[in-house]
Amino acid sequence: MLRYALTRILGAIPTLLIVIAIAFLMVHAAPGGPFDSERVLPPDVEQNIARYYHLDESLPQQFVRYLSGLLRGDLGPSYSYRDYPVSRIIADAFPLSMWLGTLAMLLALVAGISAGLVAALKKNTLPDRLVTGAAMLGISVPVFVVAPISVLLFAVYLDWLPASWTGGDGWSRLVLPVVTLALPQIAVIARLTRASMIDVLASDYVRTARAQGLGTASIVRFHAVKPALRPLLSYLGPAIAGVLTGSVVIEEVFGINGVGSFFIQGALNRDYTLVLGITIFYAVIVIALNLAVDLLYGLLDPRVRTR
Amino acid sequence: MSLLAVENLSIRYPDADEAAVKSIGFTLTRGQSLGIVGETGSGKTQTAMALMGLTPDNATVNGSIRVDGTELRGAPQHVLNAFRARRMAMVFQDPMAALNPYVRIGKQLSRILLEHDLCDSGEARVRTLEMLARVGLPDPERQFRAWPHQLSGGMRQRVMIGAALLGEPDLLIADEPTTALDVTVQAQILALLRRLRRDSDTALLLITHDLGVIAGSCERVLVMDRGEVVEEGDVGRVFREPAHARTRALLDAAPRPDAAARAAPIAADAENVLDVDSLTVSFAERRANARQRLTALRSLTVTVSRGETLAIVGESGSGKTSLARAIVGLLPPDAGRIVITGNAETRLVQHRRAATHRALQLVFQDPLSSLNPAMTVDEIVAEPLRVHAPDLDAGQRMKRRDAMLERVGLDRALGNRYPHELSGGQAQRVAIARALILEPRILICDEATAALDGTVQQSILDLLMAEQRRSGLAIVFITHDLAVVRQISHRVLVMYMGRAVELAANDALFSYPRHPYTKALLDAVPGLEPGSEQQEPEIFGEASSPLAPPPGCAFHPRCKHAVAVCSNELPGTRKLDSDLVACHRAAELDLRK
Amino acid sequence: MIISAVLRPVVRQVRKSRAVTVCALILLFVAAIAIAGSILSPHAYVDTNFDNRFLSPTFADAHLFGTDNLGRDLFARTMLGIKVTLLVAVIASVVSLVIGVLYGALAGYIGGKLDAVMMRAVDALYALPFIFFVILLMVVFEQSFMLIFIAIGAVNWLDMARIVRGQTMSLKQKEFVEAARVIGVPTRGIILRHITPNLLGVVVVYMTLTIPQAILLESFLSFLGLGVQEPQTSLGALVNDGVGHMEQAPWLLVVPATVLALILLCFNFLGDGLRDLSDPKRAVR
Repeated sequence: MLRYALTRILGAIPTLLIVIAIAFLMVHAAPGGPFDSERVLPPDVEQNIARYYHLDESLPQQFVRYLSGLLRGDLGPSYSYRDYPVSRIIADAFPLSMWLGTLAMLLALVAGISAGLVAALKKNTLPDRLVTGAAMLGISVPVFVVAPISVLLFAVYLDWLPASWTGGDGWSRLVLPVVTLALPQIAVIARLTRASMIDVLASDYVRTARAQGLGTASIVRFHAVKPALRPLLSYLGPAIAGVLTGSVVIEEVFGINGVGSFFIQGALNRDYTLVLGITIFYAVIVIALNLAVDLLYGLLDPRVRTR
Repeated sequence: MSLLAVENLSIRYPDADEAAVKSIGFTLTRGQSLGIVGETGSGKTQTAMALMGLTPDNATVNGSIRVDGTELRGAPQHVLNAFRARRMAMVFQDPMAALNPYVRIGKQLSRILLEHDLCDSGEARVRTLEMLARVGLPDPERQFRAWPHQLSGGMRQRVMIGAALLGEPDLLIADEPTTALDVTVQAQILALLRRLRRDSDTALLLITHDLGVIAGSCERVLVMDRGEVVEEGDVGRVFREPAHARTRALLDAAPRPDAAARAAPIAADAENVLDVDSLTVSFAERRANARQRLTALRSLTVTVSRGETLAIVGESGSGKTSLARAIVGLLPPDAGRIVITGNAETRLVQHRRAATHRALQLVFQDPLSSLNPAMTVDEIVAEPLRVHAPDLDAGQRMKRRDAMLERVGLDRALGNRYPHELSGGQAQRVAIARALILEPRILICDEATAALDGTVQQSILDLLMAEQRRSGLAIVFITHDLAVVRQISHRVLVMYMGRAVELAANDALFSYPRHPYTKALLDAVPGLEPGSEQQEPEIFGEASSPLAPPPGCAFHPRCKHAVAVCSNELPGTRKLDSDLVACHRAAELDLRK
Repeated sequence: MIISAVLRPVVRQVRKSRAVTVCALILLFVAAIAIAGSILSPHAYVDTNFDNRFLSPTFADAHLFGTDNLGRDLFARTMLGIKVTLLVAVIASVVSLVIGVLYGALAGYIGGKLDAVMMRAVDALYALPFIFFVILLMVVFEQSFMLIFIAIGAVNWLDMARIVRGQTMSLKQKEFVEAARVIGVPTRGIILRHITPNLLGVVVVYMTLTIPQAILLESFLSFLGLGVQEPQTSLGALVNDGVGHMEQAPWLLVVPATVLALILLCFNFLGDGLRDLSDPKRAVR
């Protein structure tokens, strides 16, 4: 088990480095510098700016500088928010995004797993058809369609909930963003849970348990839940990436000042360092969470654990 | 009153043309043992499932199943659950899949007691430990805490039997309980079942395709064919004087190790067509995230001459399949030499000369997976010609192909079918036609009949022997089935954990085995003599892991003749009469019956 | 001929499944309407008419879906949006198909160390919030159709590579491939006659599943204003426009959103159905 954990942890380091290098190179391979599109500057000002952002150094030098900054938690200055380093922007905006994302993930897990289990246990009945149909809708209708339409419905027409973050307070303003962010994940998790639960229920060992006279409740609790939820574990990584992606839209639609909205503003303003910083920040989070999931996976599998 | 009474039982699936089980009936009294025998599709497993109420939801079950007078057909779940484990229990075919891999053995077993409120959890632990000991598992405390993957196949089947008996049922249903196991392990499991039944008055319903298993373990037998009971009666009577043609066919096809050898004599001056010299093969094996090197074959030497059939036998893991794969060049040898029709050909198959491809062919165990699903029978059989006789025109190729199809007994009309449209026997004939169309000198058959029903197996064996008489084909026949060996081979190579332990002529081996392992294998084959209660098996346990072979003679931990030297020193190969044998005590032991 | 042999069972199954047939027909219908759209509507997608701003859907003057804030006909723009969205998705799927099949088949067939390295790379890429990289790419480079294809293709090939690699690996170890090797069939023949035909079914099925993913990505980018640019449009861009005016003219949001959802739903149903049909073990359910 220790060896398993070590190889996984060591395996993540090159991944991280390669990811950072790719993102960094992508930005620096851009045709022209970041200030080309702005008004023409006098040469000495341009030089000063280049020196300030270290654009006069060679690419490897810049990369090493960037990496060493990264290790200190410094992602460089932002191009568009003068006097605000990128790390500061992220530090300010992340708690809100994390709060939203965590709530959405929890909701997705609870709702998705319950719906999937019910559908599997009531296979080919009305509840099952409702769940599978709704889940199909959930994976097919994109967040950026669901979010504005639910605003139109629940905020504009029905006026039950605030239409934007700033237009409400307390829990009520959380409902729409969290639910719309969670919806696609609920759908995927429900489908995964249903499929794997059906697989497990059809397995030989569940048949054995039935032959031993175990009731449905015992079979589910004692034999089926653990193996059925295992495939879900490996979906957690992509789910987290999905929630991060969705948060970009959600924050945009609901006017939430989270990392996602800064990312989009940065993208539209061509603020390279900000976009690069957020990309790397999110990549690190996702890789770290994936690593955690990997280790958990090993811990839950007796065949890996008992080595 | 009978314990179990089945009347007019029918099982039908929505898409099937015919019912899977057609209005069958039988009874079983307390303490009695009844065997149900039949080939694939005879409905025997369907019947067992229906008794336990485990028939899939889409099937329609009609008729009556009464246990102690209570009707169980269509009974609600809670009634069935009250009967399961307490009144009747079942052991399934595949012990590898029947245990939950994520729950410890002890928990899985004690759960049964707790579920039926038979005792509290402390008592459940005690009773589970007792049961583990009763089914012959060493160190029950350890097995209690073990995960299923840490147990061997035989041990898992013991656990399953223990699980079935925990609720002290009146009826034990065993569906092919030994089919997935090696013959030596099968003998141990059958002996265990017999012993457990002697100690209690549990009735046994034993379902199997193997008449030998029935002969040693049952008092009465039911013969099923295509959903119907064709014969029923006392085992002794049915085996001696079968009344129904189907029963006779099954008995005729049943492999008998005591039958006469049938292979045609070999010419005295027949030259060697295959020489394997000190062959060692190993490969990397992945197990749960770790790679380990497994030595499958250790310095193996054997020859085969023209017109000869060499049988290779051994339990799973003995290295016999690795030998076949190394000979045809699908596995790279670490050391040693392979000489095929006089040419050294130790390289992998794609680097061998075309003449070798023509001379040496292979037939696999599973005919369906050895045929390309996207090609028709015609294309499959003609492919070797395409590669090796490119100058034939389409007409000539067609003629040779059709002649070949006829030779293996396939109807021309099957030519444009795809493999999944064929039966198992037909598919294996296609595979044989493909192997023989280039007129090879050597044919390697890797368990080529193991996946087939008895009667089909017999027809394939007849085909192979006819080909041998016709062209002097040398055959290397790899099998776990000693009855097949007895029937078709000239010489037999017995392998154990990658080494040859005995090499002998057919008659010599069966009448006078020189190696204790050979003797154990022979004794483990269930005979067709009904009521001939077999003695306790010759052999203990199962083969050690090939990743960590025991020191000295690899067989010594299971050998009842083992002495001190066996565990320290590797036995050399010595010659006794015509036999080659690798055993320290070969000269002093007399293993004849 | 090989293709027909492989697809025959799939086609036969498709006819049995009503959901799959219905979805395929709806998609064909939508595509046909979109292609014929410019003929069906008297308005061009660029025509502005400031007298007719925010017209709600009406038969008068043939503004079936109404008009937008510049008085442009939403029907014409939706038809263009469908065309662009489908085109981007199909081309991007082809890009991902080519990369994925080549990469997966190479890793799977050669195996060993190369496979380990190649698949480790795929695993690493899998673990990334990919959209962020795509957006980075869109920010850094000039936004163009070409770049959208490449960006989406570059994301979507991962699944295809994994599936093709897995399939190749299992095919390579199949006994019929070993039998062909023992016969002496050269590598070229093994790949052409034994591996490729058996790969095809899986590839076709998974292609139907990558298309909706590509549609989703494209419309996502366009929604953020990073994809297709004015006066061209796509369903994602139309949804984005609609959000800006949804209180005033909800049809601007509802129409393109519904069309987009319908297309995605049909593709997902189709892909799911085909996958189940081609995999008998799953189809039993």
